Amino acid sequence: MRQCANDVHAYDPEDDWVYSEESRCVGCHRCVTLCPTHALTVRRTLLDFRSNANWTADRINSIYKQAETGGILLTGMGCDQAQPIYFDHLLLNASQVTNPSIDPLREPMELRTHIGRKPGRVELSENGDGVELTTQLSPQLTLETPIMFSAMSYGSISYNACLSLARAAKQSGIMYNTGEGGLHPSLYQYGPWTIAQVASGRFGVHPEYLETAAALEIKIGQGAKPGIGGHLPGEKVSADVSKTRMIPMGTDALSPAPHHDIYSIEDLRQLIYALKEATNYAKPVGVKIAAVHNVAPIASGIARAGADYIAIDGLRGGTGAAPTIIRNNVGIPIELAIASVDTRLREEGIRNEVSLIAAGSIRNSGDIVKIIALGADAVYIGTGALVALGCHLCQKCYTGKCNWGIATQDPYLTKRLNPNIGSRRLSNLIRAWSLEIKEMLGGMGVNAIESLRGNRDHLRAVGLSQVELDTLGVKGAGQP
Amino acid sequence: MKRIHVNEEYCIACRLCEIHCLVQHSQSRKIIKAFKEEAPRAMARLLVEEQGPLSFAMQCRHCEEAACLEACMTGAMHRDEETGAVLCDEDKCVGCWMCIMVCPFGAIQRNIVGRRAASKCDLCYGNEVPVCVAHCPNEALTFVEDTPSGNGSA
Repeated sequence: MRQCANDVHAYDPEDDWVYSEESRCVGCHRCVTLCPTHALTVRRTLLDFRSNANWTADRINSIYKQAETGGILLTGMGCDQAQPIYFDHLLLNASQVTNPSIDPLREPMELRTHIGRKPGRVELSENGDGVELTTQLSPQLTLETPIMFSAMSYGSISYNACLSLARAAKQSGIMYNTGEGGLHPSLYQYGPWTIAQVASGRFGVHPEYLETAAALEIKIGQGAKPGIGGHLPGEKVSADVSKTRMIPMGTDALSPAPHHDIYSIEDLRQLIYALKEATNYAKPVGVKIAAVHNVAPIASGIARAGADYIAIDGLRGGTGAAPTIIRNNVGIPIELAIASVDTRLREEGIRNEVSLIAAGSIRNSGDIVKIIALGADAVYIGTGALVALGCHLCQKCYTGKCNWGIATQDPYLTKRLNPNIGSRRLSNLIRAWSLEIKEMLGGMGVNAIESLRGNRDHLRAVGLSQVELDTLGVKGAGQP
Repeated sequence: MKRIHVNEEYCIACRLCEIHCLVQHSQSRKIIKAFKEEAPRAMARLLVEEQGPLSFAMQCRHCEEAACLEACMTGAMHRDEETGAVLCDEDKCVGCWMCIMVCPFGAIQRNIVGRRAASKCDLCYGNEVPVCVAHCPNEALTFVEDTPSGNGSA
């Protein structure tokens, strides 16, 4: 009763009984998890409409809600509809007889990944003792494992959640991303593990912010809501959030849909080089886009505009708040997007000029191995990281009443996330997935993640059409 | 000595510490029995204090210079040689409540439902970790060796 921010439980002292108002329950399991006698459970309500495959309960209830309010329906987290998940149609290879598998417990296995532009050719000069690299390298981000925490802003998530991500990134030797919420001054110490985002609202962007981070990211789009801007409701703009974002307290933080200074690839190039100039060409500058229909030519343009990496966020990517209709219907799955972008950049001979980061519902280490084999350099995990922090995917992030202390600024709720526990759990997740990736690589007979990148021969597909196979560049299972 | 540290920043006022403390000090040590069947019902030896979003679990600090030890006329209040914990021998306690009067933390309670005696934290004598610490879901309570700074948390 004390744990529920949705006021489901109420104690009646006259009856000496705790009553539940089931209609308010969001199914977050907070009460279930904390009940010391395991007396609680959350079940789907038994009341159902007459069975109809076309008019599902969701669709009917949405109409009731909209008929009542006349508004756009909002939601949180990633797409919950049964859109095809190509990861589940892809299978990995393993070595048998003709090539040896590798035991990662006994032999070295390299997961270290460098994000940034790679030179087309390398020039060496000989000096007295040996050789010296004369090619000037572009700035690189070094990751101990090809996993990063996706952009989640301070404001959409709590300070304790940000701190957990930052600490875990430091402990694991990877990066976390500020989102478009600016950077709280007390997190500057995690700068070497921070990617700072510059989004259309330019919230919290100032010279120190750019200086502190290890890399900069221009956010064009987000997988959950391609083509539309962001909206942080005023209730979530607390004193600290307002200071960090540099906006008045209690006002809605509205990010415009487009960057009003970017209407073309040439404009994007100007912003990329403005940021590089501002930071003395010492940091990689990336661009994040949503996976949309013509993602391959767009990515090619971004690479040519001078970006050091491109982050692509797929259809199933998460969000703190987005219109339900956009989240469920706009964009394309990340697997197809990465495969087509990788193919296009290779065809144009510029794949080395840019790193690819895949985002949009990476659920386990198997998904990571598959997307890297399809052509990604590394992945962003957002929802997965929040689940490690306790998220139960109730999809109510937009209400600011997160019972797990993640997507909220309510002081009663934010303290529920202890960053000591949070960072430990995140580090554990990264460690566990890295170990699993090594096992899978070893099984394939590969001893470095570099050797897997874009190596689609390690993948076979089941149950896909020829068009899908062609886009993915993967053979059907059973084909040698 | 090892003490319970209170990190009020992360106390979520769920009061699971109170529940598990009560169960630990009940006869059956079973949660349903302790609440539903045992009479008199056992008492929790700690109390969650709340004001607005701020909350913390208050239990005996096991002071080095314990006022309750000085004030106790029967010698019921004593220090455990081995652990350094301040314990109350409830057989010796006569319920004069002097310890309650002098405790600067208000950490001792009157037990008047059961035997009339001072009721206080015994650090779950015999347990490696007190149950309130073991069951705190947010690590707001930690059981750590005292450091000179007085803060054992990381």
